[in-house]
Amino acid sequence: MSPVRIFIPGDAAALSVGADAVARAIRAEASRRGASVDIVRTGSRGMLWLEPLVEVEAAQGRIAYGPVSPHDVASLFDAGFLSGGAHPLAQGAVADLDWMRRQTRVTFARVGVIDPLSLDDYRAHGGLKGLERALAASGADIVEAVRASGLRGRGGAGFPTGIKWKTVLDAEALQKYVVCNADEGDSGTFADRMLMEGDPFLVIEGMAIAGLAVGATKGFVYIRSEYPHAFRAMCAAIDIARKAGVLGASVLGSGRAFDMEARLGAGAYICGEETSLLESLEGKRGVVRAKPPLPALQGLFGKPTIVNNVLSLAAVPSILAEGPQAYADYGVGRSRGTLPFQLGGNVKRGGLVELAFGATLRDLIDGFGGGTRSGRPVRAVQVGGPLGAYLPASQLDTPLDYEAFAAIGAMLGHGGIVVFDDSVDMAQQARFAFKFCAKESCGKCTPCRIGAVRGVETVDRIVAGVEREKNLGVLDDLNQLMTDGSLCAMGGLTPMPVMSALRHFPEDFRRASQRAAAE
Amino acid sequence: MPSKPDWNEGRAREIIGGLSALEGATLPILHALQDEFGFVDARATPLIAEALNLSRAEVHGAITFYHDFRSKPAGRRVIKLCRAEACQANGCEDLVTKLRARHGLDADSQDDERLTIETVYCLGNCALGPSALVDGELVGRLDADRLAGLCDGASAEKAQIVGGAA
Repeated sequence: MSPVRIFIPGDAAALSVGADAVARAIRAEASRRGASVDIVRTGSRGMLWLEPLVEVEAAQGRIAYGPVSPHDVASLFDAGFLSGGAHPLAQGAVADLDWMRRQTRVTFARVGVIDPLSLDDYRAHGGLKGLERALAASGADIVEAVRASGLRGRGGAGFPTGIKWKTVLDAEALQKYVVCNADEGDSGTFADRMLMEGDPFLVIEGMAIAGLAVGATKGFVYIRSEYPHAFRAMCAAIDIARKAGVLGASVLGSGRAFDMEARLGAGAYICGEETSLLESLEGKRGVVRAKPPLPALQGLFGKPTIVNNVLSLAAVPSILAEGPQAYADYGVGRSRGTLPFQLGGNVKRGGLVELAFGATLRDLIDGFGGGTRSGRPVRAVQVGGPLGAYLPASQLDTPLDYEAFAAIGAMLGHGGIVVFDDSVDMAQQARFAFKFCAKESCGKCTPCRIGAVRGVETVDRIVAGVEREKNLGVLDDLNQLMTDGSLCAMGGLTPMPVMSALRHFPEDFRRASQRAAAE
Repeated sequence: MPSKPDWNEGRAREIIGGLSALEGATLPILHALQDEFGFVDARATPLIAEALNLSRAEVHGAITFYHDFRSKPAGRRVIKLCRAEACQANGCEDLVTKLRARHGLDADSQDDERLTIETVYCLGNCALGPSALVDGELVGRLDADRLAGLCDGASAEKAQIVGGAA
């Protein structure tokens, strides 16, 4: 009898709640009972509240059980889980679960399904088709396909990827680079991490296509040091890809070269800003550069460079394989394609939800998320990381697209959504936005370096009820100055969470005067 | 964490020499030195500068810019506690307060031979917070008791399992 295939995530989130111990317990129990099993470590499906989620390949499909603890393993065997038997932890066939069926998984199609470090699995599930197409096309054709797909930068800025690539393609230089920004520092975001751990060959394929498109022969993926698991996965995948001839002097035997390295950041949030990242890759302090010159013309070591987020590059293989129109058919308005949203914070069912643009926040938080984990009402939602706006419950019907968010003074950013219940103190969240900026500012420009420190002090005075009206004026002025005068988005967008908190939750900034009035 | 070897200039030169041909070699070298010795000894600065044809000021500038690089050894147990927004939404500041009140450990400054606690902003485990990286192992759904146990040297793997069963 052939062994039963069991899939257990090796994703860091799954490990954080005991996936390794569960895998070991299942192996031990199987050998005790003389059952023949083949345990495959995968990425995570993204249903993080069910981790560790164990899947068994049964006649009726891949049956999921979760969250599994090592103590549950004996009872799972007793219940016949090796043939998909009923058990209190049984969730049903993964493909039939509402949470999965309602998603549009393009970028994350393989994550949680395959062994992330098996190139055979990758190929068997449609991998490398995009790269093969790219090898048969001209650089200009590849760039045109990316432009026609409507893909915009998934790191947060939403700049059209095709236009960036065209600039690099048209630049004359002996050496060009592709840099993948995997410095996913925004709180509430983990899509890059999950993708690098769950389908690293997709990132490699996207980077190789980018290299072929613009004539770059060398790539770097810059991964933050807070992601040791993702760094190890990318290094291992690069090694495998090089040995298999996907990377190297002759990509897939084409005679055209592209190779790449993974590099580790060192705990600086600012290095997610593209010019700071380039400085860091060059071995310098991660201090922001003034633009122009654009990195597309003078980027890494002064050479023309594509700098794209993990999710932007990872969208490219399917755009090439399935054609740009198939990708552009998803989405609304000028927001085309899909975005892997990340649902976190105080939410019952958090995880990775890849959707075409246009769904609403409410659908994500209530429909997918099931409300708060604490069971208390949702009070505020921060979208787009620490530089994103705090939205009140009344704005949850906003459609998830770049323009709709810009229209309400917010941004989608990298698709991170952090839910807070009614115990949150929004004045403290505003203070934290400044404190974070003060700690992580690179220090090059004055509005960010000094403004953030003054911001903390001013919020403190307002909360303490010291010359409240005057200090609200100072805060307003400070925010305007930081927005207009900062060199990059760190100082320029820190006012966004602050002002949104003040606009939507003014009562939290009035506590001292209320206390005084009550006394 | 296993104890790290004492400073050894020959070994440091070997590490630096092995990586100096990389494009932009500074960060890979600093990481490798810290992996080997547990921190970046000031005595490495001129060696790196010489190998990469940089000024000592440039190397010193790079070392001091990044939160990761330490100028002295860390504790035997290193806890990187996430205190960013998604973990705040799940009460990480309450954990910090309790750690201080009950155990006299200040997350921002606890750094001795036995235990280092560092604040980090986001470990990418935002749906299963509060989270910490404990000697390189990610632990999710932390509570005050398990965090206190980890500070006392409890196994990170056990702390993970309790989380899964919760």
